[in-house]
Amino acid sequence: MAFEIGSGITIAAILGVVIVVAAMLIWVERRLLSLWQERLGPNRVGWFGLLQVVADMIKIFTKEDWIPPFADRFTFVLAPAIIMTVILLSFGVIPFAPNIGVIDSNLGVLFVLAMASLGAYSVMLAGLASDNKYALLGALRAAAQMISYEVFMGISLLGVVALAGSFNLREIVLSQAEGWYVIPQFIGFIIFLIAGIAESHRLPFDIPEAEQEICAGYHTEYSGMKFGMFFVGEYLGLVLISSLITVLFFGGWMGAAFLPPIVWFSIKAGGFIAFFILLRAAIPRPRYDQLMTYGWLFLLPVSLLNLLITGAIILSVQ
Amino acid sequence: MIILFYIAAAIAVISTVCVILQSNIVHALIYLITSLLSVAVIFYVLGAPFAAMLEAIVYAGAIMVLFLFVIMMLNLGQHTRDQEKSWLTSKVWIAPSIMSGILLVQLVNVLSELDHDVELTRVGVLEVSALLFGPYVLAVELASILLLAGLVSAYHLAKK
Amino acid sequence: MFRLINDTLTSQVVTLWKVFAHAFVKADTVEYPDQQPYMFPRWRGRIILSRDPDGEERCVACNLCAVACPVDCIALQKTEDEEGRWYPEFFRINFSRCIMCGFCEEACPTNAIQLTPDFEMAEYVRQDMVWEKEDLLINGTGKYHDYNFYRVAGKKIGGKDKGEGLNEAKPVDVRSLMP
Repeated sequence: MAFEIGSGITIAAILGVVIVVAAMLIWVERRLLSLWQERLGPNRVGWFGLLQVVADMIKIFTKEDWIPPFADRFTFVLAPAIIMTVILLSFGVIPFAPNIGVIDSNLGVLFVLAMASLGAYSVMLAGLASDNKYALLGALRAAAQMISYEVFMGISLLGVVALAGSFNLREIVLSQAEGWYVIPQFIGFIIFLIAGIAESHRLPFDIPEAEQEICAGYHTEYSGMKFGMFFVGEYLGLVLISSLITVLFFGGWMGAAFLPPIVWFSIKAGGFIAFFILLRAAIPRPRYDQLMTYGWLFLLPVSLLNLLITGAIILSVQ
Repeated sequence: MIILFYIAAAIAVISTVCVILQSNIVHALIYLITSLLSVAVIFYVLGAPFAAMLEAIVYAGAIMVLFLFVIMMLNLGQHTRDQEKSWLTSKVWIAPSIMSGILLVQLVNVLSELDHDVELTRVGVLEVSALLFGPYVLAVELASILLLAGLVSAYHLAKK
Repeated sequence: MFRLINDTLTSQVVTLWKVFAHAFVKADTVEYPDQQPYMFPRWRGRIILSRDPDGEERCVACNLCAVACPVDCIALQKTEDEEGRWYPEFFRINFSRCIMCGFCEEACPTNAIQLTPDFEMAEYVRQDMVWEKEDLLINGTGKYHDYNFYRVAGKKIGGKDKGEGLNEAKPVDVRSLMP
């Protein structure tokens, strides 16, 4: 069974593994959160509670899938499909290992950014179609947050792109053979990390769905598998951001030879997923205006300065 | 590749017509986004992948989000939908569409006589950047000054 | 900006580290069905009706528990046997209303009604939460082993005449002139 880039079996394997991993993250997150809160978490169903995911799936599939009569049906149904499609498409350009990947695009970084910006529609259309004040508030917050943090995300990436001299994610990984970009681009890494959390609107930046303020934000009116798609979409976004950080700053599949490349990739990406869950366990949610001020008055100048200095150093070395 | 072009072009035309005919403004916007994305595909097919990505990021990703943002603020409901429907009567659109139909026939006629063996040249990021910061550097700088003015005024307004 | 960086380092990073350190602390969770928690004897759980050391019902159907009950979940009817002993004809507790407050136990003059450390009383049918006297009565004295109401009370029942109770003086013969 030969894996190669773009073969049907590779695409099917990536799709399957990514979705299964995203579903398993529901369990991983609950276990890790409880580990850090001195609890045990779900440990009853199956080995260590692993079948909890299956139980949750059965529950969410058999729930009543209700569309509110006041909602805009077309948009209401379209919105959860967008987020799944867009995030799964983004996985297409990620190089998991030397022989595992879907396409080898020369514009991989831009493709990911384009898909991230389209992902904002899912949240906004969901909020707008629900015809519910909490959903609308959540969608408004999501729109402002996502288009703001896309800017910093893009600019923080450009340092890596300038160092590697390519938008191709596979070439970015290969150019890190001598050293990972996390060392020269540490500021870019931090900004990308923060913007990545804000972009996948996870805690502590889950302002669009802040339960304590606006019940569930944009997916207040959703139920059944439509809600499940938002739910799995959030975890898919988590996997995507972790994979991107691994590829861009931590040398992708590169590692000592005693483990196969895909295992190195999984270890690094898994570490970041665990770190994101730790962030959720530890850091409280900022206020909405604090988030925007922090973005525009701190992250933007710092990321621009980072890009400027990186460019200057590259020019002076050449 | 050329089939991809025709599919994308058909989608672009149909969705653009739908943008005009829709009375629900959110649906119209979704069609507009579809139209922009299909234009991005056309750019890609014609050998300009960088332009295609920028079309997706800037137009479909950022500007349309702002449109949607404004629509959320406006609190549009059933009454605007009815208003749109009442404006779209046949006596309003029939004369312009007949005239533009004639123009379309002429355009197709002219285009069919052209020699349509277009030489595909792939324009990558490097070529675009070299042009932007070579011959057109003045235009880029002027545009950036315009953006800076916008930034400063937005900051001033937000501070009030 | 430096203040922000400083705050981030001293607050957020320290918080992250402290929360992470909790991974090495033993979990507080009691794995309940496998690992039964120690229940204190005075825990206010399922209500029982106890018997006195002679094996007779302690309850004298005085209705004080029903009066004290804030949610009115106790219903009973007094009756009397031929020897003059009072007991409830029926005694019914609706456990779907009971809030386990223990007021009935405090109100009870004969220590008959008592709360026990048992709390596992879920039912699939709501009607099964209504317990009758047969379900409530136990063959034991509960928390008070030696107490026997009719031994200390002055009431005349079969086998015990007036004045034969514990610490009870003989009844005074009012017709006699002797002190």
